[in-house]
Amino acid sequence: MSTPLLQLRDLHAWYGESHILHGIDLECAEGQLITLLGRNGAGRTTTLRAIMGMVDRRTGSIQLHGDEFIDKPTHRIAPLGRIGYCPEERGIFSKLTVGENLMLPPMVGPGGMGLEEIFTMFPNLRDVRNRMGTRLSGGEQQMLAMARILRTGARLLLLDEITEGLAPVIVKVLGEAIRSLKQKGYTIVLVEQNFHFAAPLANRHYVIEHGRVIDTFSAEALGANMDRLNQYLSV
Amino acid sequence: MNPMLRLILAQGMLGLNNGVFYAMLSLGLAVIFGLLDVVNFAHGALYMSGAFLAIILYSYIGTWLGLSWLHIGFWAALVLVPLIVACFGMLFERFLLRWLYGLDPIYSLLLTFGAALVLQGIFINGFGASGTPYPGTPDQLQGIVNLGFMMFPKFRLFTIIFSILVCIGVWFLIERTRIGAVLRAGTENPDLVRAFGINVSRLITLTFGFGTGLAGLAGVLAAPIYSVTPLMGDDLIIIIFAIVVIGGMGSIMGAVVTSLGLGLLEGVVKVFYAPAANTVVFIAMVLVLLVRPSGLFGRQR
Ligand SMILES: Nc1ncnc2c1ncn2[C@@H]1O[C@H](COP(=O)(O)OP(=O)(O)OP(=O)(O)O)[C@@H](O)[C@H]1O
Ligand SMILES: [Mg+2]
Repeated sequence: MSTPLLQLRDLHAWYGESHILHGIDLECAEGQLITLLGRNGAGRTTTLRAIMGMVDRRTGSIQLHGDEFIDKPTHRIAPLGRIGYCPEERGIFSKLTVGENLMLPPMVGPGGMGLEEIFTMFPNLRDVRNRMGTRLSGGEQQMLAMARILRTGARLLLLDEITEGLAPVIVKVLGEAIRSLKQKGYTIVLVEQNFHFAAPLANRHYVIEHGRVIDTFSAEALGANMDRLNQYLSV
Repeated sequence: MNPMLRLILAQGMLGLNNGVFYAMLSLGLAVIFGLLDVVNFAHGALYMSGAFLAIILYSYIGTWLGLSWLHIGFWAALVLVPLIVACFGMLFERFLLRWLYGLDPIYSLLLTFGAALVLQGIFINGFGASGTPYPGTPDQLQGIVNLGFMMFPKFRLFTIIFSILVCIGVWFLIERTRIGAVLRAGTENPDLVRAFGINVSRLITLTFGFGTGLAGLAGVLAAPIYSVTPLMGDDLIIIIFAIVVIGGMGSIMGAVVTSLGLGLLEGVVKVFYAPAANTVVFIAMVLVLLVRPSGLFGRQR
């Protein structure tokens, strides 16, 4: 088997003194989409933040294309790993216009989407370029947060709860976008609460609890394991 | 012309002249505060150092190097001094200030305050506490011009125009360019900017250098006008802090507009009741804070 594009081994992470991740193992092959499922506070956001170096301390192994990233400083990670990160709180800058938000992340590789392609995918963004970033609706902000990492030439997308609190029409646009990104060969790690959004898109699901992977299903095995999964996710 | 009006205009010009110095200094403070959340107490001392460096370049460096004919003049100083002060600022940030981020702000405040005392000490030792003249004012800027309502020194007119251009340039750089967008994003969410692949630490060092360089630049402009003494920054910095508070901490536009406005106000107040001219800034500060606690241009936090 070829090396997976992303491989986490025994990943631990801390915020200050709080030990949040207790040895995450997972992998994602190129062009695949995996989901991280789990209850609130399970450590899914922290897993993405640990990959990006946005925790206070991390140990274990994070490999991208077989290169070790655990000791890389945060600002080197996106360019070296060709990663685009879309944070849970969206991270739209209020002191920047929509256009400036869109152009902020530096290029991390060739083949990023052009503006025309981006506006085709997210038509709502076309006419709001000069507005301040946080003057957008929640859905528009989410599209902007996605759009700005697609511009950079990133090939691995880490997307945290992109459908959270959004209207069904917007969720549908985002679903279409993810589907077309997958077709274009992007590798995607999706943190989702909305299982119906994630299920038809994913190759593999990881269930996280208390900072560990407690179970994993392939997309095919999902139907047979629905009961178990519901149990994991029920509150 | 009505003599009263003439007097007001004349004092207004002098006030404006002070105002542009306030603007250059508060601009640097605002840029630094915006990105680093550090109140740079050394700003006044860096301004003073800029003025002394201009004197050193003109009167001393030649002798020190054994080239007694060498006088590095005003125009060269206008470029060199800000660079020297900026380099000093960057070393200071990189090797001292950096260790205090994330701690109680009182630590960085004490460090910059200490740096101010050290700089003052060095120049008091070298030049004494009384004023040192700057003999290098270029010939083109000697003499006076007739403004219609007053005769105004050419050099002062130059400082006003030059400083306003610098302020507009800095505003444009920060509010309208990509570098500025990265800076503004960095003040808002440095962790995310880092995750996008931008070296925020280096950005902070450069920004601190830029802010201190502006203080150095103001020092060069001040050298031919004001008496250059090791304590010249002290008198000014209190007013500058008041201005930054009035304008709204970290707001570029607020710093510039407030500086010019208060410079003018001081000048005009001088006409009517001279003793109040020195306190009018603080009265304005109290009034503004009563109505808008985050300053004229500040965002409510
Ligand atoms: N900055 C922080 N400092 C300390 N603890 C934190 C911090 N951020 C998160 N935590 C804790 O880490 C744990 C995991 O949080 P995380 O955000 O990764 O959860 P999650 O799986 O994304 O859940 P959700 O987003 O649904 O809340 C939680 O117990 C949370 O309280
Ligand atoms: Mg989360």
